[in-house]
Amino acid sequence: MIHTRGLTRSFRAKGETVEAVRGLDLDIEAGSVVAFLGPNGAGKTTSLRMLTTLLPPTAGTATVAGHDVVADPAGVRRRIGYLGQGNSAGTGFRVMDELVTQGRAYGLRRAEAHARAERLLDALELEGLARRTVGTLSGGQRRRLDIAMALVHEPALLFLDEPSTGLDPHSRANIWEHVLRLHKDLGATIVFTTHYLEEADLWAGRVLVVDHGRVIADDSPERLKAELAGDLITFTTADPADTGPAATRARTLRAVREVTVEDREVRVRTSDGDVRLPELLRDLDAAGIRVHSTRLARPTLDDVFLTLTGRTLRESADADIPTTPHQGA
Amino acid sequence: MKVLTDTRTAFARELKPELRQPVGLLFTMMLPFLLLALFAPLLSNSGAGPGAGGGPAGAGSPWQWFVPGMLVLLGLSATAGAGASLLNEISSGAFERLLVTPLNRAAMLVGRTLKEVVVLLTQALLILLLLLPTDFRLHLPGALAGLVLLGVFGVGIGALSFTLALHSRRRQTLFYGVQQVVFFPLLLLSGVLLPITEAAAPTWLYVLSRINPVTHVVEAERALFDGQLIESVVLYGFLAAGAIAMLGVTAGIRGMRNASA
Repeated sequence: MIHTRGLTRSFRAKGETVEAVRGLDLDIEAGSVVAFLGPNGAGKTTSLRMLTTLLPPTAGTATVAGHDVVADPAGVRRRIGYLGQGNSAGTGFRVMDELVTQGRAYGLRRAEAHARAERLLDALELEGLARRTVGTLSGGQRRRLDIAMALVHEPALLFLDEPSTGLDPHSRANIWEHVLRLHKDLGATIVFTTHYLEEADLWAGRVLVVDHGRVIADDSPERLKAELAGDLITFTTADPADTGPAATRARTLRAVREVTVEDREVRVRTSDGDVRLPELLRDLDAAGIRVHSTRLARPTLDDVFLTLTGRTLRESADADIPTTPHQGA
Repeated sequence: MKVLTDTRTAFARELKPELRQPVGLLFTMMLPFLLLALFAPLLSNSGAGPGAGGGPAGAGSPWQWFVPGMLVLLGLSATAGAGASLLNEISSGAFERLLVTPLNRAAMLVGRTLKEVVVLLTQALLILLLLLPTDFRLHLPGALAGLVLLGVFGVGIGALSFTLALHSRRRQTLFYGVQQVVFFPLLLLSGVLLPITEAAAPTWLYVLSRINPVTHVVEAERALFDGQLIESVVLYGFLAAGAIAMLGVTAGIRGMRNASA
Protein backbone atom coordinates (compact mmCIF):
# COMPACT_ATOMS: atom_id res chain seq x y z
CA MET A 1 0.00 0.00 0.00
CA ILE A 2 2.91 2.31 0.77
CA HIS A 3 6.46 2.02 -0.53
CA THR A 4 9.12 4.65 0.06
CA ARG A 5 12.79 4.66 -0.82
CA GLY A 6 15.19 7.20 0.59
CA LEU A 7 12.34 9.61 1.30
CA THR A 8 13.91 12.78 2.64
CA ARG A 9 12.72 16.24 3.53
CA SER A 10 14.89 19.12 4.63
CA PHE A 11 13.93 22.65 5.55
CA ARG A 12 15.95 25.82 5.48
CA ALA A 13 15.71 27.61 8.79
CA LYS A 14 17.85 30.61 9.77
CA GLY A 15 20.40 29.83 7.07
CA GLU A 16 20.78 26.24 8.22
CA THR A 17 19.46 23.10 6.61
CA VAL A 18 17.42 20.98 8.98
CA GLU A 19 16.73 17.42 7.92
CA ALA A 20 13.26 16.61 9.23
CA VAL A 21 13.07 13.18 7.60
CA ARG A 22 16.22 11.33 6.57
CA GLY A 23 16.05 8.53 4.04
CA LEU A 24 12.81 6.80 4.99
CA ASP A 25 12.59 3.27 3.51
CA LEU A 26 9.18 1.86 4.20
CA ASP A 27 6.89 -0.90 2.97
CA ILE A 28 3.42 -1.01 4.45
CA GLU A 29 1.08 -3.81 3.45
CA ALA A 30 -2.57 -3.29 2.71
CA GLY A 31 -4.81 -3.87 5.71
CA SER A 32 -2.25 -3.11 8.39
CA VAL A 33 -2.45 -0.60 11.24
CA VAL A 34 0.85 1.22 11.59
CA ALA A 35 1.91 3.84 14.13
CA PHE A 36 4.68 6.38 13.86
CA LEU A 37 5.75 6.83 17.47
CA GLY A 38 8.22 9.45 18.57
CA PRO A 39 8.66 12.75 20.37
CA ASN A 40 7.64 16.09 18.90
CA GLY A 41 9.97 17.12 16.12
CA ALA A 42 10.98 13.54 15.31
CA GLY A 43 9.70 13.83 11.74
CA LYS A 44 6.37 11.98 12.11
CA THR A 45 4.19 14.77 10.74
CA THR A 46 6.63 15.63 7.96
CA SER A 47 6.61 11.98 6.88
CA LEU A 48 2.83 11.93 6.83
CA ARG A 49 2.63 15.20 4.91
CA MET A 50 4.89 13.78 2.21
CA LEU A 51 2.83 10.58 1.97
CA THR A 52 -0.40 12.58 1.67
CA THR A 53 0.95 14.88 -1.09
CA LEU A 54 0.86 17.96 1.15
CA LEU A 55 4.62 18.38 1.07
CA PRO A 56 6.94 17.42 -1.77
CA PRO A 57 9.98 15.35 -0.76
CA THR A 58 13.42 16.89 -1.11
CA ALA A 59 14.75 13.51 -2.24
CA GLY A 60 13.63 9.92 -2.61
CA THR A 61 10.40 8.37 -3.85
CA ALA A 62 7.07 7.37 -2.38
CA THR A 63 4.33 5.28 -3.92
CA VAL A 64 1.05 5.50 -2.02
CA ALA A 65 -1.96 3.37 -2.97
CA GLY A 66 -0.25 2.58 -6.25
CA HIS A 67 0.50 6.15 -7.28
CA ASP A 68 3.64 8.23 -7.06
CA VAL A 69 3.19 11.21 -4.72
CA VAL A 70 5.14 13.56 -7.01
CA ALA A 71 4.18 12.32 -10.48
CA ASP A 72 0.51 11.63 -9.75
CA PRO A 73 -0.63 13.43 -6.58
CA ALA A 74 -4.27 13.46 -7.74
CA GLY A 75 -4.19 9.66 -8.04
CA VAL A 76 -2.97 9.43 -4.44
CA ARG A 77 -5.52 11.95 -3.15
CA ARG A 78 -8.47 10.05 -4.61
CA ARG A 79 -7.54 6.96 -2.62
CA ILE A 80 -6.60 8.28 0.78
CA GLY A 81 -8.26 9.86 3.77
CA TYR A 82 -6.45 12.30 6.00
CA LEU A 83 -6.92 13.77 9.42
CA GLY A 84 -4.55 16.63 10.10
CA GLN A 85 -3.55 18.13 13.41
CA GLY A 86 -5.69 21.20 12.78
CA ASN A 87 -9.44 21.45 12.40
CA SER A 88 -10.74 20.15 9.10
CA ALA A 89 -13.98 22.10 9.03
CA GLY A 90 -14.14 25.84 8.40
CA THR A 91 -15.27 27.85 11.43
CA GLY A 92 -18.08 29.71 9.70
CA PHE A 93 -19.60 26.69 7.98
CA ARG A 94 -22.37 24.38 9.09
CA VAL A 95 -21.48 20.84 10.11
CA MET A 96 -23.62 19.15 7.47
CA ASP A 97 -22.47 21.53 4.71
CA GLU A 98 -18.82 20.76 5.35
CA LEU A 99 -19.45 17.01 5.37
CA VAL A 100 -21.37 17.17 2.10
CA THR A 101 -18.62 19.32 0.53
CA GLN A 102 -16.10 16.64 1.48
CA GLY A 103 -18.20 13.92 -0.15
CA ARG A 104 -18.63 16.05 -3.26
CA ALA A 105 -14.88 16.68 -3.40
CA TYR A 106 -14.41 12.93 -3.76
CA GLY A 107 -16.98 12.75 -6.54
CA LEU A 108 -19.97 11.49 -4.54
CA ARG A 109 -23.42 12.54 -5.70
CA ARG A 110 -25.13 15.05 -3.48
CA ALA A 111 -27.75 12.57 -2.17
CA GLU A 112 -25.11 9.94 -1.47
CA ALA A 113 -22.83 12.48 0.27
CA HIS A 114 -25.79 13.58 2.36
CA ALA A 115 -26.76 10.04 3.33
CA ARG A 116 -23.23 9.15 4.36
CA ALA A 117 -22.89 12.38 6.31
CA GLU A 118 -26.07 11.54 8.24
CA ARG A 119 -24.77 8.07 9.09
CA LEU A 120 -21.40 9.42 10.24
CA LEU A 121 -23.00 12.08 12.42
CA ASP A 122 -24.99 9.37 14.18
CA ALA A 123 -22.03 7.03 14.48
CA LEU A 124 -19.75 9.71 15.93
CA GLU A 125 -22.31 10.94 18.46
CA LEU A 126 -22.81 14.19 16.60
CA GLU A 127 -26.52 13.70 15.93
CA GLY A 128 -28.50 16.91 16.23
CA LEU A 129 -25.49 19.07 15.35
CA ALA A 130 -25.93 18.99 11.55
CA ARG A 131 -27.19 22.56 11.39
CA ARG A 132 -24.78 23.96 13.95
CA THR A 133 -21.97 26.30 12.92
CA VAL A 134 -18.61 24.59 13.31
CA GLY A 135 -17.21 27.41 15.43
CA THR A 136 -19.79 26.74 18.17
CA LEU A 137 -18.79 23.09 18.70
CA SER A 138 -16.74 21.90 21.65
CA GLY A 139 -13.19 20.65 21.11
CA GLY A 140 -14.23 17.01 21.28
CA GLN A 141 -17.14 17.54 18.90
CA ARG A 142 -14.88 19.30 16.40
CA ARG A 143 -12.38 16.47 16.52
CA ARG A 144 -15.12 13.91 15.91
CA LEU A 145 -16.31 16.00 12.98
CA ASP A 146 -12.73 15.95 11.64
CA ILE A 147 -12.87 12.15 11.79
CA ALA A 148 -16.22 12.11 10.02
CA MET A 149 -14.78 14.31 7.26
CA ALA A 150 -11.86 11.92 6.84
CA LEU A 151 -14.16 8.89 6.62
CA VAL A 152 -16.93 10.21 4.38
CA HIS A 153 -15.50 8.65 1.20
CA GLU A 154 -14.53 5.38 2.94
CA PRO A 155 -10.87 5.50 1.94
CA ALA A 156 -8.84 2.32 1.56
CA LEU A 157 -5.93 4.10 3.23
CA LEU A 158 -6.36 6.49 6.12
CA PHE A 159 -3.70 8.78 7.57
CA LEU A 160 -4.23 10.22 11.03
CA ASP A 161 -1.86 12.86 12.38
CA GLU A 162 -2.09 12.90 16.19
CA PRO A 163 -5.77 11.92 16.06
CA SER A 164 -6.56 12.14 19.75
CA THR A 165 -4.37 14.95 21.05
CA GLY A 166 -6.24 17.03 23.57
CA LEU A 167 -9.24 14.69 23.80
CA ASP A 168 -10.78 13.15 26.88
CA PRO A 169 -10.57 9.34 27.19
CA HIS A 170 -14.19 8.85 26.14
CA SER A 171 -13.80 10.83 22.91
CA ARG A 172 -10.51 9.11 22.27
CA ALA A 173 -12.07 5.66 22.54
CA ASN A 174 -15.01 6.77 20.39
CA ILE A 175 -12.70 7.95 17.63
CA TRP A 176 -10.70 4.74 17.62
CA GLU A 177 -13.86 2.68 17.53
CA HIS A 178 -14.77 4.28 14.20
CA VAL A 179 -11.32 4.19 12.73
CA LEU A 180 -11.02 0.50 13.57
CA ARG A 181 -14.46 -0.22 12.19
CA LEU A 182 -13.24 1.14 8.84
CA HIS A 183 -10.24 -1.14 9.24
CA LYS A 184 -12.26 -4.25 10.14
CA ASP A 185 -15.28 -3.85 7.87
CA LEU A 186 -13.57 -2.50 4.78
CA GLY A 187 -10.02 -3.71 5.30
CA ALA A 188 -8.67 -0.17 5.28
CA THR A 189 -5.01 0.45 5.99
CA ILE A 190 -4.46 2.86 8.88
CA VAL A 191 -1.30 4.90 9.35
CA PHE A 192 -1.16 7.23 12.33
CA THR A 193 1.30 9.33 14.29
CA THR A 194 1.20 9.69 18.02
CA HIS A 195 3.29 10.56 20.97
CA TYR A 196 0.93 8.67 23.28
CA LEU A 197 2.56 5.31 23.73
CA GLU A 198 -0.65 3.73 24.98
CA GLU A 199 -2.27 4.60 21.67
CA ALA A 200 0.44 2.94 19.61
CA ASP A 201 0.50 -0.02 21.98
CA LEU A 202 -3.26 -0.56 21.95
CA TRP A 203 -4.16 -0.06 18.32
CA ALA A 204 -1.14 -0.58 16.10
CA GLY A 205 -0.08 -3.94 14.70
CA ARG A 206 3.23 -2.40 13.81
CA VAL A 207 5.11 0.47 15.42
CA LEU A 208 7.78 2.56 13.77
CA VAL A 209 9.78 4.28 16.46
CA VAL A 210 11.03 7.57 15.03
CA ASP A 211 13.71 9.87 16.39
CA HIS A 212 15.60 12.72 14.72
CA GLY A 213 14.11 11.97 11.31
CA ARG A 214 14.97 8.26 11.26
CA VAL A 215 13.12 5.05 11.98
CA ILE A 216 15.13 3.51 14.81
CA ALA A 217 12.93 0.46 15.40
CA ASP A 218 10.17 -1.24 13.45
CA ASP A 219 8.15 -4.18 14.73
CA SER A 220 4.95 -5.20 16.51
CA PRO A 221 4.55 -3.57 19.93
CA GLU A 222 4.85 -6.98 21.63
CA ARG A 223 8.09 -7.88 19.92
CA LEU A 224 9.56 -4.42 20.42
CA LYS A 225 8.85 -4.62 24.11
CA ALA A 226 10.07 -8.19 24.51
CA GLU A 227 13.23 -7.74 22.49
CA LEU A 228 14.24 -4.20 23.23
CA ALA A 229 13.02 -3.68 26.76
CA GLY A 230 11.94 -6.85 28.51
CA ASP A 231 10.13 -7.19 31.83
CA LEU A 232 11.24 -5.45 34.97
CA ILE A 233 11.41 -7.32 38.30
CA THR A 234 11.91 -5.07 41.29
CA PHE A 235 12.51 -6.51 44.75
CA THR A 236 13.76 -5.57 48.18
CA THR A 237 15.42 -7.79 50.75
CA ALA A 238 14.35 -8.11 54.38
CA ASP A 239 17.86 -7.21 55.50
CA PRO A 240 19.23 -4.10 53.76
CA ALA A 241 22.71 -5.59 53.93
CA ASP A 242 21.59 -8.35 51.55
CA THR A 243 20.81 -5.90 48.73
CA GLY A 244 24.29 -6.10 47.18
CA PRO A 245 24.69 -9.89 47.36
CA ALA A 246 21.13 -10.35 46.05
CA ALA A 247 21.93 -8.20 43.03
CA THR A 248 25.09 -10.20 42.39
CA ARG A 249 23.10 -13.46 42.45
CA ALA A 250 20.42 -12.04 40.19
CA ARG A 251 23.06 -11.23 37.57
CA THR A 252 23.92 -14.93 37.24
CA LEU A 253 20.37 -15.94 36.40
CA ARG A 254 19.29 -17.09 32.93
CA ALA A 255 18.04 -14.44 30.44
CA VAL A 256 18.74 -11.55 32.79
CA ARG A 257 19.95 -8.55 30.81
CA GLU A 258 20.73 -6.00 33.41
CA VAL A 259 20.59 -5.57 37.15
CA THR A 260 20.73 -2.20 38.84
CA VAL A 261 20.40 -1.13 42.44
CA GLU A 262 18.53 2.00 43.28
CA ASP A 263 18.19 3.00 46.93
CA ARG A 264 17.31 -0.37 48.47
CA GLU A 265 15.61 -1.72 45.39
CA VAL A 266 17.12 -4.25 43.04
CA ARG A 267 15.86 -3.86 39.48
CA VAL A 268 16.21 -6.84 37.17
CA ARG A 269 15.59 -6.36 33.47
CA THR A 270 14.80 -9.72 31.84
CA SER A 271 12.69 -11.46 29.26
CA ASP A 272 9.81 -13.70 30.43
CA GLY A 273 9.61 -12.02 33.82
CA ASP A 274 6.68 -14.19 34.91
CA VAL A 275 8.87 -17.32 34.64
CA ARG A 276 12.00 -15.62 35.88
CA LEU A 277 10.50 -14.25 39.09
CA PRO A 278 9.87 -17.62 40.84
CA GLU A 279 13.31 -18.81 39.72
CA LEU A 280 14.85 -15.75 41.25
CA LEU A 281 12.98 -16.26 44.52
CA ARG A 282 14.04 -19.91 44.77
CA ASP A 283 17.63 -18.97 44.04
CA LEU A 284 17.75 -16.25 46.67
CA ASP A 285 16.01 -18.51 49.16
CA ALA A 286 18.63 -21.20 48.60
CA ALA A 287 21.32 -18.61 49.27
CA GLY A 288 19.64 -17.67 52.55
CA ILE A 289 18.53 -14.22 51.40
CA ARG A 290 15.02 -13.31 52.52
CA VAL A 291 13.07 -11.31 50.01
CA HIS A 292 10.75 -8.71 51.49
CA SER A 293 8.71 -7.50 48.48
CA THR A 294 8.55 -8.06 44.73
CA ARG A 295 7.01 -6.32 41.79
CA LEU A 296 6.82 -7.41 38.18
CA ALA A 297 6.26 -4.74 35.51
CA ARG A 298 5.56 -5.49 31.89
CA PRO A 299 7.52 -3.19 29.60
CA THR A 300 5.97 -0.18 27.90
CA LEU A 301 6.94 1.36 24.60
CA ASP A 302 8.49 4.10 26.68
CA ASP A 303 11.00 1.52 27.93
CA VAL A 304 11.65 0.65 24.28
CA PHE A 305 12.29 4.27 23.44
CA LEU A 306 14.53 4.60 26.47
CA THR A 307 16.55 1.57 25.43
CA LEU A 308 16.96 2.94 21.94
CA THR A 309 17.73 6.58 22.69
CA GLY A 310 18.62 6.88 26.36
CA ARG A 311 15.73 9.31 26.75
CA THR A 312 12.17 8.62 27.76
CA LEU A 313 9.43 9.43 25.33
CA ARG A 314 7.49 11.19 28.05
CA GLU A 315 10.22 13.68 28.81
CA SER A 316 10.71 14.26 25.09
CA ALA A 317 7.00 14.60 24.43
CA ASP A 318 5.39 16.51 27.23
CA ALA A 319 7.45 18.20 29.87
CA ASP A 320 4.63 18.52 32.38
CA ILE A 321 4.48 14.81 33.19
CA PRO A 322 7.11 14.12 35.86
CA THR A 323 9.36 11.21 35.06
CA THR A 324 11.37 9.02 37.33
CA PRO A 325 15.06 9.08 36.55
CA HIS A 326 16.07 5.89 34.81
CA GLN A 327 19.52 4.47 34.46
CA GLY A 328 20.25 2.87 31.11
CA ALA A 329 18.12 -0.25 30.77
CA MET B 1 -15.84 18.13 -16.93
CA LYS B 2 -14.24 17.41 -13.57
CA VAL B 3 -12.97 21.00 -13.48
CA LEU B 4 -16.54 22.24 -13.83
CA THR B 5 -17.95 19.89 -11.18
CA ASP B 6 -15.11 20.79 -8.83
CA THR B 7 -15.57 24.50 -9.47
CA ARG B 8 -19.21 24.10 -8.56
CA THR B 9 -18.29 22.20 -5.40
CA ALA B 10 -15.79 24.88 -4.35
CA PHE B 11 -18.21 27.68 -5.24
CA ALA B 12 -21.12 26.04 -3.42
CA ARG B 13 -19.04 25.52 -0.30
CA GLU B 14 -18.09 29.20 -0.11
CA LEU B 15 -21.52 30.51 -0.97
CA LYS B 16 -23.46 28.45 1.59
CA PRO B 17 -22.50 30.49 4.67
CA GLU B 18 -23.48 33.68 2.82
CA LEU B 19 -26.88 32.23 1.98
CA ARG B 20 -27.35 31.03 5.54
CA GLN B 21 -26.45 34.44 6.94
CA PRO B 22 -27.17 37.07 4.30
CA VAL B 23 -26.73 39.84 6.86
CA GLY B 24 -22.99 39.32 6.52
CA LEU B 25 -23.18 41.04 3.12
CA LEU B 26 -23.97 44.33 4.78
CA PHE B 27 -20.83 44.43 6.87
CA THR B 28 -18.38 44.25 3.98
CA MET B 29 -20.26 47.03 2.12
CA MET B 30 -20.06 49.41 5.07
CA LEU B 31 -17.30 51.63 3.67
CA PRO B 32 -18.93 52.55 0.35
CA PHE B 33 -22.30 52.80 2.06
CA LEU B 34 -21.00 55.28 4.63
CA LEU B 35 -19.25 57.31 1.96
CA LEU B 36 -22.48 57.46 -0.03
CA ALA B 37 -24.46 58.55 2.99
CA LEU B 38 -22.02 60.90 4.71
CA PHE B 39 -19.66 62.12 2.02
CA ALA B 40 -21.55 62.25 -1.28
CA PRO B 41 -24.02 64.95 -0.10
CA LEU B 42 -21.07 67.36 0.17
CA LEU B 43 -20.33 67.02 -3.51
CA SER B 44 -23.47 68.78 -4.71
CA ASN B 45 -22.34 72.00 -3.06
CA SER B 46 -18.61 71.84 -3.73
CA GLY B 47 -19.11 71.27 -7.43
CA ALA B 48 -16.14 68.93 -7.45
CA GLY B 49 -17.74 65.94 -9.00
CA PRO B 50 -19.51 66.26 -12.29
CA GLY B 51 -17.47 66.75 -15.38
CA ALA B 52 -14.56 64.60 -14.31
CA GLY B 53 -13.57 61.18 -15.53
CA GLY B 54 -14.89 61.16 -19.04
CA GLY B 55 -18.48 62.06 -18.30
CA PRO B 56 -19.99 65.20 -19.73
CA ALA B 57 -19.67 68.33 -17.68
CA GLY B 58 -22.54 69.29 -15.43
CA ALA B 59 -24.39 66.02 -15.75
CA GLY B 60 -26.71 66.96 -12.93
CA SER B 61 -26.90 64.87 -9.75
CA PRO B 62 -23.63 64.29 -7.86
CA TRP B 63 -24.77 60.67 -7.43
CA GLN B 64 -24.29 60.17 -11.14
CA TRP B 65 -20.57 60.85 -10.79
CA PHE B 66 -19.96 59.42 -7.35
CA VAL B 67 -21.84 56.09 -7.38
CA PRO B 68 -19.80 54.27 -10.08
CA GLY B 69 -16.63 55.04 -8.11
CA MET B 70 -18.26 53.62 -5.00
CA LEU B 71 -18.99 50.37 -6.84
CA VAL B 72 -15.32 50.11 -7.77
CA LEU B 73 -14.38 50.87 -4.15
CA LEU B 74 -16.76 48.10 -3.11
CA GLY B 75 -14.96 45.72 -5.45
CA LEU B 76 -11.57 46.82 -4.20
CA SER B 77 -12.32 46.61 -0.47
CA ALA B 78 -14.70 43.68 -0.08
CA THR B 79 -13.01 41.44 -2.59
CA ALA B 80 -9.54 42.25 -1.31
CA GLY B 81 -10.61 40.97 2.10
CA ALA B 82 -11.39 37.60 0.50
CA GLY B 83 -7.83 36.50 1.08
CA ALA B 84 -8.24 37.05 4.81
CA SER B 85 -10.85 34.28 4.98
CA LEU B 86 -8.53 31.95 3.09
CA LEU B 87 -5.70 32.89 5.44
CA ASN B 88 -7.88 31.89 8.41
CA GLU B 89 -8.56 28.53 6.82
CA ILE B 90 -4.87 28.05 6.13
CA SER B 91 -4.01 28.51 9.79
CA SER B 92 -6.96 26.48 11.14
CA GLY B 93 -6.34 23.39 9.01
CA ALA B 94 -9.54 23.57 6.93
CA PHE B 95 -7.58 24.53 3.82
CA GLU B 96 -5.19 21.62 4.30
CA ARG B 97 -8.21 19.33 4.49
CA LEU B 98 -9.30 20.61 1.04
CA LEU B 99 -5.78 20.33 -0.39
CA VAL B 100 -5.65 16.65 0.43
CA THR B 101 -8.86 15.97 -1.54
CA PRO B 102 -8.69 15.35 -5.28
CA LEU B 103 -10.40 18.71 -5.95
CA ASN B 104 -8.90 20.35 -9.02
CA ARG B 105 -6.56 23.17 -7.95
CA ALA B 106 -7.76 25.63 -10.60
CA ALA B 107 -11.34 24.90 -9.55
CA MET B 108 -10.47 25.65 -5.93
CA LEU B 109 -9.30 29.13 -6.96
CA VAL B 110 -12.02 29.85 -9.49
CA GLY B 111 -14.83 28.58 -7.24
CA ARG B 112 -13.74 30.83 -4.40
CA THR B 113 -13.29 33.81 -6.71
CA LEU B 114 -16.69 33.36 -8.31
CA LYS B 115 -18.31 33.41 -4.90
CA GLU B 116 -16.61 36.76 -4.19
CA VAL B 117 -17.97 38.09 -7.49
CA VAL B 118 -21.50 36.93 -6.71
CA VAL B 119 -21.36 38.66 -3.33
CA LEU B 120 -19.90 41.80 -4.93
CA LEU B 121 -22.58 42.02 -7.59
CA THR B 122 -25.32 41.43 -5.03
CA GLN B 123 -23.95 44.27 -2.95
CA ALA B 124 -23.71 46.51 -6.02
CA LEU B 125 -27.34 45.77 -6.91
CA LEU B 126 -28.33 46.56 -3.34
CA ILE B 127 -26.64 49.97 -3.54
CA LEU B 128 -28.31 50.71 -6.87
CA LEU B 129 -31.70 49.71 -5.44
CA LEU B 130 -31.19 52.01 -2.46
CA LEU B 131 -30.46 54.87 -4.84
CA LEU B 132 -33.56 54.38 -6.98
CA PRO B 133 -35.66 56.84 -4.94
CA THR B 134 -32.99 59.59 -5.36
CA ASP B 135 -32.29 61.63 -8.48
CA PHE B 136 -29.66 59.07 -9.54
CA ARG B 137 -30.60 58.05 -13.08
CA LEU B 138 -30.11 54.44 -14.06
CA HIS B 139 -29.37 53.87 -17.75
CA LEU B 140 -30.17 50.19 -17.98
CA PRO B 141 -27.85 48.96 -20.79
CA GLY B 142 -24.98 51.04 -19.42
CA ALA B 143 -25.61 49.88 -15.87
CA LEU B 144 -25.67 46.23 -16.96
CA ALA B 145 -22.40 46.66 -18.84
CA GLY B 146 -21.04 48.45 -15.77
CA LEU B 147 -21.91 45.46 -13.58
CA VAL B 148 -20.22 43.11 -16.04
CA LEU B 149 -17.10 45.28 -15.85
CA LEU B 150 -17.33 45.29 -12.07
CA GLY B 151 -17.56 41.49 -12.14
CA VAL B 152 -14.41 41.18 -14.26
CA PHE B 153 -12.62 43.60 -11.94
CA GLY B 154 -13.84 41.60 -8.93
CA VAL B 155 -12.45 38.37 -10.40
CA GLY B 156 -9.05 40.04 -10.68
CA ILE B 157 -8.94 41.63 -7.23
CA GLY B 158 -10.40 38.53 -5.54
CA ALA B 159 -7.93 36.20 -7.23
CA LEU B 160 -5.02 38.51 -6.41
CA SER B 161 -6.15 38.63 -2.80
CA PHE B 162 -6.20 34.80 -2.66
CA THR B 163 -2.78 34.72 -4.30
CA LEU B 164 -1.42 37.05 -1.66
CA ALA B 165 -2.94 34.91 1.08
CA LEU B 166 -1.37 31.75 -0.37
CA HIS B 167 2.02 33.41 -0.47
CA SER B 168 1.59 34.64 3.11
CA ARG B 169 0.84 31.21 4.55
CA ARG B 170 4.05 31.09 6.52
CA ARG B 171 3.94 34.72 7.74
CA GLN B 172 0.48 36.16 7.96
CA THR B 173 1.69 39.71 8.57
CA LEU B 174 2.81 39.79 4.95
CA PHE B 175 -0.80 39.59 3.82
CA TYR B 176 -2.04 42.46 5.93
CA GLY B 177 1.09 44.52 5.27
CA VAL B 178 0.86 44.27 1.50
CA GLN B 179 -2.89 44.75 1.54
CA GLN B 180 -2.60 47.98 3.51
CA VAL B 181 0.29 49.28 1.43
CA VAL B 182 -1.48 48.56 -1.86
CA PHE B 183 -5.12 49.27 -1.04
CA PHE B 184 -5.02 52.97 -0.15
CA PRO B 185 -2.68 54.15 -2.94
CA LEU B 186 -4.78 52.28 -5.50
CA LEU B 187 -7.92 53.79 -4.02
CA LEU B 188 -6.73 57.38 -3.68
CA LEU B 189 -4.95 57.41 -7.04
CA SER B 190 -8.04 56.18 -8.87
CA GLY B 191 -9.98 59.41 -8.35
CA VAL B 192 -12.84 57.67 -6.61
CA LEU B 193 -13.35 60.37 -4.01
CA LEU B 194 -12.20 63.47 -5.90
CA PRO B 195 -11.35 63.76 -9.59
CA ILE B 196 -7.68 63.67 -10.50
CA THR B 197 -7.56 65.84 -13.61
CA GLU B 198 -4.64 67.25 -15.55
CA ALA B 199 -5.75 70.75 -14.57
CA ALA B 200 -6.38 70.19 -10.87
CA ALA B 201 -3.62 67.77 -9.90
CA PRO B 202 0.18 68.19 -9.83
CA THR B 203 1.77 66.48 -12.82
CA TRP B 204 3.37 63.63 -10.78
CA LEU B 205 0.05 62.81 -9.15
CA TYR B 206 -1.75 62.91 -12.47
CA VAL B 207 0.83 60.58 -14.05
CA LEU B 208 0.54 58.15 -11.14
CA SER B 209 -3.22 58.10 -11.45
CA ARG B 210 -2.94 57.40 -15.19
CA ILE B 211 -0.66 54.43 -14.47
CA ASN B 212 -3.10 53.05 -11.90
CA PRO B 213 -5.29 50.51 -13.73
CA VAL B 214 -8.12 51.12 -11.25
CA THR B 215 -8.43 54.70 -12.59
CA HIS B 216 -9.42 53.32 -15.97
CA VAL B 217 -11.97 50.98 -14.45
CA VAL B 218 -13.47 53.91 -12.51
CA GLU B 219 -13.65 56.10 -15.62
CA ALA B 220 -15.25 53.33 -17.65
CA GLU B 221 -17.84 52.75 -14.90
CA ARG B 222 -18.67 56.47 -14.88
CA ALA B 223 -19.17 56.52 -18.63
CA LEU B 224 -21.27 53.34 -18.55
CA PHE B 225 -23.51 54.49 -15.71
CA ASP B 226 -23.96 57.69 -17.67
CA GLY B 227 -25.33 55.64 -20.54
CA GLN B 228 -22.32 56.00 -22.82
CA LEU B 229 -21.38 52.56 -24.08
CA ILE B 230 -19.34 53.35 -27.16
CA GLU B 231 -16.50 55.31 -25.61
CA SER B 232 -12.75 54.74 -25.66
CA VAL B 233 -12.66 55.03 -21.83
CA VAL B 234 -14.99 52.03 -21.69
CA LEU B 235 -12.59 50.03 -23.83
CA TYR B 236 -9.65 51.03 -21.64
CA GLY B 237 -11.63 50.11 -18.54
CA PHE B 238 -12.41 46.64 -19.86
CA LEU B 239 -8.79 46.20 -20.93
CA ALA B 240 -7.53 47.22 -17.48
CA ALA B 241 -10.03 45.00 -15.63
CA GLY B 242 -9.36 42.13 -18.04
CA ALA B 243 -5.62 42.42 -17.51
CA ILE B 244 -6.06 42.42 -13.72
CA ALA B 245 -8.34 39.39 -13.98
CA MET B 246 -5.93 37.47 -16.21
CA LEU B 247 -3.02 38.25 -13.92
CA GLY B 248 -4.99 37.35 -10.80
CA VAL B 249 -6.39 34.07 -12.06
CA THR B 250 -3.05 32.94 -13.52
CA ALA B 251 -1.13 33.78 -10.38
CA GLY B 252 -3.90 32.38 -8.18
CA ILE B 253 -4.04 29.01 -9.93
CA ARG B 254 -0.29 28.75 -9.76
CA GLY B 255 -0.46 29.62 -6.06
CA MET B 256 -3.05 26.90 -5.45
CA ARG B 257 -0.96 24.32 -7.29
CA ASN B 258 2.09 25.28 -5.26
CA ALA B 259 0.21 25.30 -1.96
CA SER B 260 0.97 21.61 -1.59
CA ALA B 261 4.24 21.70 -3.46
